[in-house]
Amino acid sequence: MWSFPLLPDRASTVATQVDMLYFFLVAVSLFFSLVIIVGLVYSAVRYRKDSKASREGAVHEHLGLELAWSIIPLGIAMGIFVWSSVLYLGMHVAPSGAMEIYVVGKQWMWKIQHPQGNREINELHVPVGKPVKLIMTSQDVIHSFYIPAFRIKQDVLPGRYSTQWFQATTPGVYHLFCAEYCGTSHSGMIGKVIVLDQPEYEAWLAGGSSTAMSSSGAELFKQFGCQTCHKSGSSQRGPSLDGLFGKQVALINGEKVVADQEYLRESILNPAAKITQGYLPFMPTYRNQLSHEQINQLVEYVKGLGGQTSASEHP
Amino acid sequence: MKHNQTIATPEDYIHAGYGVRSWLFTVDHKRIAILYLLSITLFFFVGGFFALLLRLELLTPQGDLVSAETYNKLFTMHGVTMVFFFLIPSIPAVLGNFLVPMMVGAKDLAFPRLNLLSWYLYSVGGLFTLYAMVTGGIDTGWTFYTPYSSSYALTNVVPVVIGLFILGFSSILTALNFIATIHRMRAPGLTWFRLPLFIWAMYATSVITVLGTPVIAITLVLLGFETAMGAGIFDPALGGDPILFQHLFWFYSHPAVYIMILPSMGVISEVVTCFARKKIFGYHFMAFAIMGIAVLSFLVWGHHMFVSGQSIYVGMVFSALSFLVAIPSAIKVFNWTATMYKGSISFHTPILYAFGFIGLFTIGGLTGLFLASLATDVHLTDTYFIVAHFHYIMVGGAIMGYLAGLHFWWPKITGRMYNEAWAKFSALILFVGFNLTFFPQFILGHLGMPRRYYVYPDEFQVLNVMSTAGATILGLGYIIPMVYLIWSLRKPRDVGENPWGATGLEWKTPSPPTTHNFESTPVVDGDPYQYSPEERA
Repeated sequence: MWSFPLLPDRASTVATQVDMLYFFLVAVSLFFSLVIIVGLVYSAVRYRKDSKASREGAVHEHLGLELAWSIIPLGIAMGIFVWSSVLYLGMHVAPSGAMEIYVVGKQWMWKIQHPQGNREINELHVPVGKPVKLIMTSQDVIHSFYIPAFRIKQDVLPGRYSTQWFQATTPGVYHLFCAEYCGTSHSGMIGKVIVLDQPEYEAWLAGGSSTAMSSSGAELFKQFGCQTCHKSGSSQRGPSLDGLFGKQVALINGEKVVADQEYLRESILNPAAKITQGYLPFMPTYRNQLSHEQINQLVEYVKGLGGQTSASEHP
Repeated sequence: MKHNQTIATPEDYIHAGYGVRSWLFTVDHKRIAILYLLSITLFFFVGGFFALLLRLELLTPQGDLVSAETYNKLFTMHGVTMVFFFLIPSIPAVLGNFLVPMMVGAKDLAFPRLNLLSWYLYSVGGLFTLYAMVTGGIDTGWTFYTPYSSSYALTNVVPVVIGLFILGFSSILTALNFIATIHRMRAPGLTWFRLPLFIWAMYATSVITVLGTPVIAITLVLLGFETAMGAGIFDPALGGDPILFQHLFWFYSHPAVYIMILPSMGVISEVVTCFARKKIFGYHFMAFAIMGIAVLSFLVWGHHMFVSGQSIYVGMVFSALSFLVAIPSAIKVFNWTATMYKGSISFHTPILYAFGFIGLFTIGGLTGLFLASLATDVHLTDTYFIVAHFHYIMVGGAIMGYLAGLHFWWPKITGRMYNEAWAKFSALILFVGFNLTFFPQFILGHLGMPRRYYVYPDEFQVLNVMSTAGATILGLGYIIPMVYLIWSLRKPRDVGENPWGATGLEWKTPSPPTTHNFESTPVVDGDPYQYSPEERA
């Protein structure tokens, strides 16, 4: 109990990059703290009331100094800004072809489903060395999916998908925390991220007897009669969903949107929000008929209906 | 010290009237300042008591002292009490109220009755909130994030929101009063660039308060409507947007950080120049830096939301603007340091607190860079790193500045000097206790311990024990000044009008000042801070 780490585990590709910036900031902070402390202590000792040190040439204004200690810190600050922003952009844009895992947060647990169908609660199994993209939503309040060893965190909001991605570098077991206060058992909304070698991960996937998310989605598609309107091929009432995913959709208001997961989710829950050109807004909402997990399965099913082009390849 | 000046005659503001009514119906800015001093001290110890319970609970990784529900209420009420009922009013309502009219050479604030109304609004808002906290509490965090606060929390959200709404008007009225006074009531010859920096700080703070407080008031009203009646503004289940709440909340609450720290910067400027016996370095840059911070404070709120789901490009703009705020803050720290150079420094209590302020504010400011920087903020936000950072600013900065000011002007306020040995000892205790409490929290945050955690993994215990040990020392450091300051009131008056040999119009009044401060309107004919190192304190 009485031993403790001073540095967090470092187990993702971005962790190393973030730490380099972190330690640079530590160095900058130490440098400026020292400048101030040395300046204060020097003056306090040398120019204490009783000291005989000469006060000849004391000034109380100096334009050059003022400019120096404005412009130099400004330059350093802007340097950090650029470094940090470039890194942040990379942390945000998932590489195309990243494997996608669905996360649903609720008071007070994390529910996770892999596309192959495996479900877990408060545990996330991932393979080492592969980019993983998390597609997350909350069924109640705001949560935040935080893996300190990966240096990533993203708030998980009700009513929309939030995403983040990572690529684990070292097999092991790491903390998963909820980082946004969410009520009584906020500190109990924790879990483990288990990073496995590829063969172990595949063994783990095979270990669960489960239906792939897209198959569950296909079942739901039938069960709720979606195919009545969204027929394959040419259709009269609703737009065809074949090859839709990742394509641009022209809306009746003239806007164009990419048919990504968020678009599909919104179209199930709030169909009138974005109506495709040439169609009428008569689809009812499925807000109270589908669970968040079922919506994810439907989204995964529609995603698989041909046109596998990933959203990130479009402008 | 110059104790041999005229001791004040009995018709000072304290003896201008007797009995409770003479205090509760006073319109004298100095008496109202005393009313505020008593009120905010009460809230400070209430908030401190909550903090003590929090730190005791965190001694062990398991939950043992209190329940999870209670813990969540405690950190919420600690935050609400300290931010709204202590930090925001602290320096403006106590020292500002007492000093602004005297520093500009006026008899009182521009609207004395409005000033009394401010205190009543503060008291009503405070009692309302206190009542809500005692009768059930509130567990949303002081940030009231929706939809938790509006649709899920089962605690006293609406009463607290009403209390804070009332309180907001108190801030606004005081700020209006200061702005009007500083614009209209300066003594002849007291031009803008002859004003003490404390006045500049009060002015900037007031401008922020007047512009920002209405926004939080509106936000709280919207939150109240959603909580009580289900108006769909913030909860997506009702058609609202939870991120909108965060934008509105931080649009006020980030500038509020500067409402808390700018007044301390003003105090430190007065103290450093006085005890270094040297004119403040870079007066004009200092004044512009204060106003620069005030302007920029309204343009950086989005840095609280880098992981919220706001657009990444918006995040970049807020990141760049947040880095810009570092510059005027740096200018101030460098100028204080340069003021000491070739001064003639005597180490009385106020400057010890000022040294503490500069050191802790520097660390607080520099760790702000880690959070303005997007890539590192993702990891550090919502962890103990944040908790440590803002306590360095708000406790290490704002409270150290408040104590520096209280010790500097205590002889003026009361006509008595406190025991300086005890005062210096407590300044040291506070500095040590503060660092022991909050420095380990930087490491905890970097290790990944989230804030607002009632139970935590075992490996975080050692640092938490250090932090709790520090908090005990810190608590002691706050109780000692209470004792020796009150103790000083028992003895007869023992200071003249200007015990520190300071410049500034407030030191030309008797200690304690008479009701109308000046016998005749003072005339100013030169720059502020005309100290010379040869003439020593």
